[in-house]
Amino acid sequence: MRDAPQQSAGAALQIRGLSKEYRRGVPVLHDVDLDVASSGITAIIGPSGTGKSTLIRCINRLVEPTTGAILFRGVDLTRLRRRDLRAARRRIGMVFQEYNLVERLTVMENVMCGRLGYISSFKAWLRRYPRSEIENAFDLLEMVGLTEHANRRADALSGGQRQRVGIARAVMQEPELLLADEPTSSLDPKTSVEIMELMVEIGQRRQIPVIVNIHNVPLARRFATDVVGMSGGRIVYRGPPDGLTDDQLKQIYGGENWLE
Amino acid sequence: MIDAVRPAVFAPNWPARLAWLGLFAYAIYAASILDFTWDRFVTGLGQGARFVARMFPPDTDPEKMRLMARGLYESLEIAVIASVLGIVLSLPIGLLAARNLMPAWLTWPIRLFIALCRSFHQVIIAIVFVKAVGFGALAGILALTVASIGFVAKLFAEAIEEISLKQVEAVRATGAPFMSVVMFGVMPQVLTRFVGFATYQFDSNLRNSTMVGIVGAGGIGGTMFAAFQKFDYDYLLTILLAIIAVIMLSEALQNWIKKLYQ
Repeated sequence: MRDAPQQSAGAALQIRGLSKEYRRGVPVLHDVDLDVASSGITAIIGPSGTGKSTLIRCINRLVEPTTGAILFRGVDLTRLRRRDLRAARRRIGMVFQEYNLVERLTVMENVMCGRLGYISSFKAWLRRYPRSEIENAFDLLEMVGLTEHANRRADALSGGQRQRVGIARAVMQEPELLLADEPTSSLDPKTSVEIMELMVEIGQRRQIPVIVNIHNVPLARRFATDVVGMSGGRIVYRGPPDGLTDDQLKQIYGGENWLE
Repeated sequence: MIDAVRPAVFAPNWPARLAWLGLFAYAIYAASILDFTWDRFVTGLGQGARFVARMFPPDTDPEKMRLMARGLYESLEIAVIASVLGIVLSLPIGLLAARNLMPAWLTWPIRLFIALCRSFHQVIIAIVFVKAVGFGALAGILALTVASIGFVAKLFAEAIEEISLKQVEAVRATGAPFMSVVMFGVMPQVLTRFVGFATYQFDSNLRNSTMVGIVGAGGIGGTMFAAFQKFDYDYLLTILLAIIAVIMLSEALQNWIKKLYQ
């Protein structure tokens, strides 16, 4: 199973031997290998504290990997420094569990944060963004249904609205890869589905791979094209969502009483 | 049976009680050493009342009013210039001292510098600057600038250390350069507090700018001190009333600025 994807030219992201220790001798990720196809939704499922967030943050280096390589379109992200790293981050959009909007800035300012990698700090400070980018931002706000909220402060929005702004910010980067760390965990079930639908739509429209950390198994089954099951810092399942059996879920989450 | 299993709750904190007791005992002891007695306090009240009586009515001689206006205006200038300099310098210094954003080799010398700025009272710093640059407003400006850095930079650094790193992380994830991360991830979170520190420091500088004149560092303080020494108490009252008016105006200005920044 491991040989085939290695050969495939279709893999946009290739993770090889990735380990992370926050404290010496206590690895959170153990030698993880993972290939992600150049389109589709990859759902990473697993219990809290199993290294899902660490894995996804190693990709855009919000967390520094201890060992291993992460090849994104042929470039090893783990070796990039400063300018090159920023240029790589610019191409990788990220959506967060708690939205991570800049609370005191307006919705539009938050969306335009997605352009900060493309513009000098001075111009950004003066808010001198190109007119076309502001139009793009309005198009995105229209897509997520927040056009009339453009000038409201982010801290005045509801959770679902904030996450939509977070997604618009990520898409504003014109990403070639979209990461999402538990994007629905702080949201109600209906909003969760809407957010997942939005992520699928963006992945399809932009023809980019989407990697979503999610501990909600039904949501993963419903929206993912590919499922990665993690337990104890290791990948224990890799395959289509239909292939996920109760036995495998038991292995991923432990126990069985929660299964119906 | 149950007593054996469940731990005692609301246990008395004996070390804290002893510490409070010790503090009160020392305060009483120190008061006795320093001749802090009721008799002296009562005598002092009588003398104070005579002093206040001699202040009335306030002196409104036009020549003296002009002199006061000139001194007061110089105090205001000292306060404004020192505040602007101090606040502008505090921004980068405070940022460099924030331990959650900067490496330790940078933060500790900066924090040492801030601590040094805070070590002495403005008047003592003013004396040093009077010796260095001579009598006049420049010494006062420099002294209050140093004091402003000590206060604003320290509190600004502490405010930065309390921000939510989630917002910073999100801005970093967009590939933003460092200055943009600071401007969009950090500053929005601390701006209102910074404005609060800055306006408070301006108020403080305004009050202190009326005092540094006593040691020759410019402003109304010199005039006031001269009035004191010449037993010119009615003129002193005029000056004091004018200072109170200026401080109240500054208070109104502060409230207006804070509203501007929510």
